[in-house]
Amino acid sequence: MMRGMGILGNGTALPLDEIPVVAPDRFFTQVPDALAGGLRLASFFGASADGGQTALYAVFASKAEGTLGVVSTRVNDSFPSLSRRFPQLSLFEREIAEQFGVVPAGHPWFKPLRFHRAWTPGRDAWERPENADIPAGVMDYYRVEGEEVHEVAVGPVHAGIIEPGHFRFQCHGEHVFHLEISLGYQHRGIERQTIGGPHPKTPYMMETAAGDTTVGHMQAYCMVIEALSGCPAPARAEALRGIALEFERLANHVGDLGAIAGDIGYLPTASFCGRIRGDILNLTAVLCGSRFGRGLVRPGGTGFDCEPAMVEELLQRIAGIRNDLSNAVSLLWNTPSVMARLENTGTLAAESARELGMVGPAARACGLNRDVRRDHPFGIYRMAQIPVATAHHGDVCARTMVRWTECEKSFDFVEELLRQLPGGIVWKTPGPLAENRLSVALTEGWRGEICHVAMTDGVGRFSRYKITDPSFHNWPGLALALRGQQISDFPLCNKSFNLSYCGFDL
Amino acid sequence: MAAIVDMVVHLLLVILMPPLLLGVIGKTKALFAGRVGAPFLQPYHDIIRLFRKGSVFSRTTTWLFRAGPVVTLAATATAALLIPFGNHEAPVSFAGDAILFAYLFGLGRFFTTVAALDTGSSFEGMGAAREVTFSCLAEPALFFALVTLARVSDSLSLSTMLTRVSADIWIGEGASMLLLLSGLFIVLLSENCRIPFDDPNTHLELTMIHEVMVLDHSGPAFGCILYGAAMKLFLLGAFFMNVALPFKSGSAAGDWAFFIFSMIALAVAVGVVESVMARLRLVRIPQLLVAATVLTAFSMLLILR
Repeated sequence: MMRGMGILGNGTALPLDEIPVVAPDRFFTQVPDALAGGLRLASFFGASADGGQTALYAVFASKAEGTLGVVSTRVNDSFPSLSRRFPQLSLFEREIAEQFGVVPAGHPWFKPLRFHRAWTPGRDAWERPENADIPAGVMDYYRVEGEEVHEVAVGPVHAGIIEPGHFRFQCHGEHVFHLEISLGYQHRGIERQTIGGPHPKTPYMMETAAGDTTVGHMQAYCMVIEALSGCPAPARAEALRGIALEFERLANHVGDLGAIAGDIGYLPTASFCGRIRGDILNLTAVLCGSRFGRGLVRPGGTGFDCEPAMVEELLQRIAGIRNDLSNAVSLLWNTPSVMARLENTGTLAAESARELGMVGPAARACGLNRDVRRDHPFGIYRMAQIPVATAHHGDVCARTMVRWTECEKSFDFVEELLRQLPGGIVWKTPGPLAENRLSVALTEGWRGEICHVAMTDGVGRFSRYKITDPSFHNWPGLALALRGQQISDFPLCNKSFNLSYCGFDL
Repeated sequence: MAAIVDMVVHLLLVILMPPLLLGVIGKTKALFAGRVGAPFLQPYHDIIRLFRKGSVFSRTTTWLFRAGPVVTLAATATAALLIPFGNHEAPVSFAGDAILFAYLFGLGRFFTTVAALDTGSSFEGMGAAREVTFSCLAEPALFFALVTLARVSDSLSLSTMLTRVSADIWIGEGASMLLLLSGLFIVLLSENCRIPFDDPNTHLELTMIHEVMVLDHSGPAFGCILYGAAMKLFLLGAFFMNVALPFKSGSAAGDWAFFIFSMIALAVAVGVVESVMARLRLVRIPQLLVAATVLTAFSMLLILR
C-alpha cells in the first residue's frame, strides 16, 4: 500500500531527498488509492517551495504495518480537491488554501478556517483585497430555507467559561437540520512562529498549543527533536513521560465525566468528579510542581526526577482516588434517568467516523479500533502495553463509557509503571538537529492522535513545523452527530466530544 | 383581632419566606454533592444585591420588556392573597377564586414570554416557545386537581377547598387523593422550572427553558424575576402541602409553625429529587406532563363516581 512513499516509523526522521516528490497528477491518484486501500491520513499540509511553488505533503498511517508513509508534490496556483470523495481531507485542503493561497479546485465548501492572511505575501485563495480586514467568523453559512425554519447562532461569546467558537444551527422547532461550526478566534500563529526554530520559546508554545494537552503535545515535540538530533531520551524519562501522559488523560477524562453529569443536571457525579479531577492534577504537581505538567517533558528527557518517596506517595494517593472515582462514576450507570438521557443522544455511525478520519475516544466510541499507543507505539508504550477501550453505539453514552474504561486502564498502567520505574538519568542534552530531514511524531493525547511533523533546512533549523491536533479531525464529527438531534442536546453532545478550540486554531 | 393577626402573618410569610425555600433547596443539593453549600440566606442577599444594581436595556426592546418582570411579580403577589396557608384562610376569598389563582400565573407567564419575544433574540424565542408549550400541558392537570378538590369540599373558593382537606378525606378517598398529589407534584416541579424539567443552575442557553427567557434582564428587573419565581414556588408549594399534610393542631400558633415546617420539608424534598435524578430529555417532558394530567383526571373520576 505504501509503495512509492517515503517510509518511516513513529518518532523517526527521514532525509528529505528520500521522500518521493511526484508529479501532481500522480500525487492526486496516489492519495485516493492510499485512502481507499485503508491507510489513514495523519496529516496533509503545504510548505513553501522554490520558484513560488507550494509543496504538498501527505502523511499516511498504516495500522497494519505500524509505519508511516510520506509523499509529496509541487503545485502552482491550484490543485484538484479530493474532499468530495474523502471528507477527511476537507479541512486540510482549506487549511492549505488559507496558509499558501493555493486553491483546491472543486472543494465543496471552500471557506477560510482561521481567518488570517496567507503566509506567502500577495497570494490569497479567495482573492480578498490586500489591506482588507479578515474578521473571524464572518462568512456565508450554510442555510436551510423555508417557512418555520429558523437559524440559531451561538457564540463566540458563551454563557459558561469556555473557549470562543461560533455555532450556527438550522432548526425546525427543536429539531436540528444542520450545524456549522466556525472557529479561528484563538489563532496565534504557532506553526508560523516555529519556522526558523527551535527558538527558546518554542517548548512553551508547544505546551500551550492546546493548554489541556500539555504533555501530549510536548511529548510529540520532544520525539521530533530527539529523532532529528539522534538523541533518544533515557528509559526513566520515557517512563515518567508515560505516567504524566496518563495523568493528563485521567484528569481530563474525569473532568469530562463530571461535566457530562453536570450538563444533564445530575449533581452528585458532577461535584465529585470536579474534586477528583483536582486530585489527579495534583498528582502531576507532585511530579513537577505544575498541575498541568508544564516544564516536565523537555527535549532529551524530563525536567524533573521522581524520588522513591514520591513514588510511594503517588501510589498511595492513586489508590484513594481510584476508589472515590469508581464510586462517583458508578452512580451514573446505576441511575436510570441518567442512562435514559445519555443513550441514543448524539449518535455517530462508525462509517461516518471512518470517513471523517476521526481519532481518539470519540472514534473508539463509534467502534473504530484505533489508538496510537498500540498502533504506532512510542516512548514507554513500546515496552508496556495498554489495552484499547472501544464501544459500539457512537452515542453520548458510548463516549462516556469509553472515557471511564480508559480511566481504569490508565490507573492500572500507571500503578504498574510506578512500581517498576527504570533506573538511571532522566535527561541528557540533545545535540543539534540534522539538516534536511523530515520527522513525524504521533502520540495519543487524551483527545486522540496528535501529529507533529518537522522539516529542517540546510542548517538544521525548522523550515516547516506542522501540528495536527486531534480536534482538527474530530470537529466535523460533532457537527454530524447533531444532525436530526434536538437543539437542547447540543451542550451535552459538545461536552461528550470536548474538543479543543485553541488546538484547532493554533 | 385573630383575623387581623392571621392576615399580618400571612403577608409577612408571603413577603419574607419565599427565598428561604431556594436556600433550603440549595443546601440540600450541596449536602448530596458533598459540599458545604451557600448559606440558607444567600438568595436574600442575591435579591437585595440585584435591587441595588443598575439596569441595562437593549435599544431594540419596548415597554413590554420592562413590564414583563413587574407584571409577573405583581400577578404572583396578587395570587398570594388567594391561597390559604396551612389551616388559616386566605386574606381574600370568594367563589371561583381558584380560577383567578390559576390565571394570575397565566398572566405572569404571558408577560414573561412577551418580554422574552420583545428582545428578538433567537434564544429567548426558543425559551418562550418551550415555556408556553409545557405550561399548556400542565394546565389541564392543575384544573383536574382543582375540580377534584372542589368536589371534595363542595366549594369553589381556594380557602375552603384547601382548608377542608382533612385526614378523614384522606382515609375515605385515599386512592383519589394520592393520584391527585402525584399529579400536583409533577405540576409543581414543572411550573417552577425544577429538575427533571428544567435546570435552574445551568449556564447552557440551549437547554434552558425559564432561564433563557430572562437572559436579557438585569438589575432590579432581574431581582423581580428571581423574587417572583421564589414566590411562585412558595405559593404552589403551599397549595401542594395543604393537600398533602392536612394536619390540624387546634391552636393558631401551632398551625402556623406546622405550615412553616411543612414548607421547609417540601423544599428538602425538592432538593432531594434534584439531587438523585438527571434532567429529562426535552422531548420527554410533554409525556410526563400528560401523565400528570392523566393522574389528576383519574383522581377526578374516582371522586365523581
